[in-house]
Amino acid sequence: MKSLADLQAIRAKTLENINMRKDDKNAARVVVGMATCGIAAGARPVMLKFLEEIKEKDLQHVTVSQTGCIGMCRLEPMVDVILPGQEKVTYVKVKPDMVDRIVKEHLMGGTPVAEYTIGAAE
Amino acid sequence: MRDLSLHLLDLAQNSITAGASLVSVRITVDERGWLTMVLSDDGKGMSPELLQRVTSPFATTRTTRKVGLGIPMMMENAEKAGGSLHLKSEVGVGTEMTVTMDTRNIDCLPLGDLSGTLLSLIMTNPLAPDFLFEGKTAKGECRFDTREVRAALGGDIPLNEPEVAAWLQEALKEEMDPIFGGV
Repeated sequence: MKSLADLQAIRAKTLENINMRKDDKNAARVVVGMATCGIAAGARPVMLKFLEEIKEKDLQHVTVSQTGCIGMCRLEPMVDVILPGQEKVTYVKVKPDMVDRIVKEHLMGGTPVAEYTIGAAE
Repeated sequence: MRDLSLHLLDLAQNSITAGASLVSVRITVDERGWLTMVLSDDGKGMSPELLQRVTSPFATTRTTRKVGLGIPMMMENAEKAGGSLHLKSEVGVGTEMTVTMDTRNIDCLPLGDLSGTLLSLIMTNPLAPDFLFEGKTAKGECRFDTREVRAALGGDIPLNEPEVAAWLQEALKEEMDPIFGGV
């Protein structure tokens, strides 16, 4: 049973992580398109899968956020991965079972999964 | 949209865009099977003119294209299930949307993963707004309030921190799934 009291312990650990990340030049971002089009195409399970993988692999430097519709609804769910010092990479028609490779090869390995990108789809 | 929880994920975004500091959702299923979902916020509200045309697919505030399908699709799905969608709004006060559906109707959408929707909303809006969820079915009542979580955790910690996210995921499931499972 989860109780609000658990959060006291979580607070201490989390503050430590936040402070470590402040000086981390590796901070990476995953941005999921979550407008009507993205959600209808299946963005929620994709986002939850990213959260799960990031937690499982303990990638403290990665944050997941969302964005609205960028006008290419037919390619949703779309996910941007932004690594420091690199150009943004946009993945299209992302399914939960594609997340594993994106996390391993791109977020952890630094090499985008070329066949999932918008460049390969267009 | 395949289920009500996905509609909720989408429609709550309107409240967030309206600058709400608290987004409240209450879902009840009464003993006759009528489902009522009330989504309310304290955002900037809508003018009577916007309120009148917002159920049209051709009304949107975004600039990337000229259609906005969130509210019209919810309305269509509610009406298919013998229900309705009503909006009340006041500029500077907020907006309240009430959706009803007859869960005995064959065209009624399933509820879907409500705790997943709430988790997604919190994860993608880790600093603000706060979310209050209340549910009531024949199986009981549930309640989840991110203001309580923030008070216990300290307001300076974003709720999408991995440790916090893991706690939220479990806590939301424990609170909501027993009440809404099987509706």
